[in-house]
Amino acid sequence: MTEYSKPLPEITAESRPFWDACARHELLVQTCRACGTVQYYPRGVCAACWSPDVEWTPSSGRGRVYTFTVTHRTQARGFRDELPYVLAWITLDEGVQVMSNIVGVDPGKVAIGMPVRVTFDDVKEGLSIPKFTAA
Amino acid sequence: MTPQALIAGVHEFPERKTTRSMLEIQALSARAALEDAGLSKKDVDGYFTVAGNPGIGPLPIVDYLNLDPKYIDGTTIGGSSFVAHVNHAAAAIAQGRCRVALITYGSTSRSSGVAVGTRERIAGDYLDQFEALYGTSTVGLYAMVARRHMHEYGTTSEQLAEIAVATRRHASLNPLALYREPITVKDVLASPMISAPLHLLDCCVITDGGGALVVVHPDLARDLRKPPVRLLGSAEAIAHTSAGRRDFLVSAAAESGPRALAEAGVAPRDVSMAMLYDSFTITVLVTLEDLGFCKKGQGGGFVSGGRIALGGELPINTDGGGLSSNHPGMRGIFLVVEAVRQLRGECGERQVKDCRLALVHGTGGALGNRHSGATLILGRS
Repeated sequence: MTEYSKPLPEITAESRPFWDACARHELLVQTCRACGTVQYYPRGVCAACWSPDVEWTPSSGRGRVYTFTVTHRTQARGFRDELPYVLAWITLDEGVQVMSNIVGVDPGKVAIGMPVRVTFDDVKEGLSIPKFTAA
Repeated sequence: MTPQALIAGVHEFPERKTTRSMLEIQALSARAALEDAGLSKKDVDGYFTVAGNPGIGPLPIVDYLNLDPKYIDGTTIGGSSFVAHVNHAAAAIAQGRCRVALITYGSTSRSSGVAVGTRERIAGDYLDQFEALYGTSTVGLYAMVARRHMHEYGTTSEQLAEIAVATRRHASLNPLALYREPITVKDVLASPMISAPLHLLDCCVITDGGGALVVVHPDLARDLRKPPVRLLGSAEAIAHTSAGRRDFLVSAAAESGPRALAEAGVAPRDVSMAMLYDSFTITVLVTLEDLGFCKKGQGGGFVSGGRIALGGELPINTDGGGLSSNHPGMRGIFLVVEAVRQLRGECGERQVKDCRLALVHGTGGALGNRHSGATLILGRS
């Protein structure tokens, strides 16, 4: 396996449960126990009501492409060696948007509204990065 | 109506590539803007700039300029920062915290070889782990908004290109502009694709540059060298990912624009010319819609047919904008400089006829994740 040269997440105590789940190939969102709001990206409080009582809840890992761009020129580490690549916002079935890459699909075939599912890029022991591919 | 404050002096550093430092650029610009106002260094009692140095913000530049401000503001919200500084300066002046506010900017992006639009966009904060690891770049984040706009409203690359073409025509009338050779819609579409659907000519240029603004208390009107420009309305807003439920086609301009217009008591149809942050063509299109110049989704038609060019219904970015004149990374200050010069009637060949009311809107950050918007309504004396 060639070394993963793209940026890696700087995991903190706040985001550790999310990344631990990714290592098990599970995508998590959060649900507020106080007001019921589902949110992504994860954080220590509910973005709607600021209650710290947020619960990690499983995502179906399925959704649709909200928008995307096929990048042909970039200085971004790792990505500049793999042009073109697809950066996208995906709306999960849980109703929240997730930024990610669409992989395993010809960039010319990616379209808004396309059904996608999560796939995990196992970059090293204990670290997997959620990406999306055609469902 | 009574203006909140006056813009008494402006200066745009003329070089697009320089051997001077960002501190020097700001000092020379401050001197020139104060001279333009008919004021001097000793009159300055408020100072505003972006945080150049993480953690201590404006301290080094205040030291370099040898200023003793009573009021300091280092608000840094991207390219719109200097537009927001005018809003903040007016508030400080209205509160009696200062009377002569100096705003400065200096950058050597081009001579330092900074790939402003395509560099890796890593902020060094918590959010990076959910975004930056996917190869975000500034142009990519804007391109995603352009793609969605095309999907929802049928906007075309040709329509986006119209913005670049009109802006270049204006640049051809500005001797300081980086690129002055006219271009066509075909040229824009034939330029290399950077992050689809945005081509190279949909993107702003990279230059060195800087400038300064002098905002003063209305009482000082009689002490100034030139008829001052009146600040009639100002507002700011932030648009962000909204916990995962964002309509990325609605920018911060939809919040700040109506507030600034209402404060000035005017409508979009009253505006003689507009200076709109043009990091990319899509930035202009979305901003025009959100400010109410046309309905959401109709920006593509609005920018076509010469409407936004000199001689059209709403000339925009008459200096050649970031797309053709200059973009050192944070261009907001130049929006104010050009609007003031248009209202004073100083723009020569590119002068908007009977320019009475100008709208300035800065966008800082990226439309595709989070950004700031700051709007000013400016009137001539």
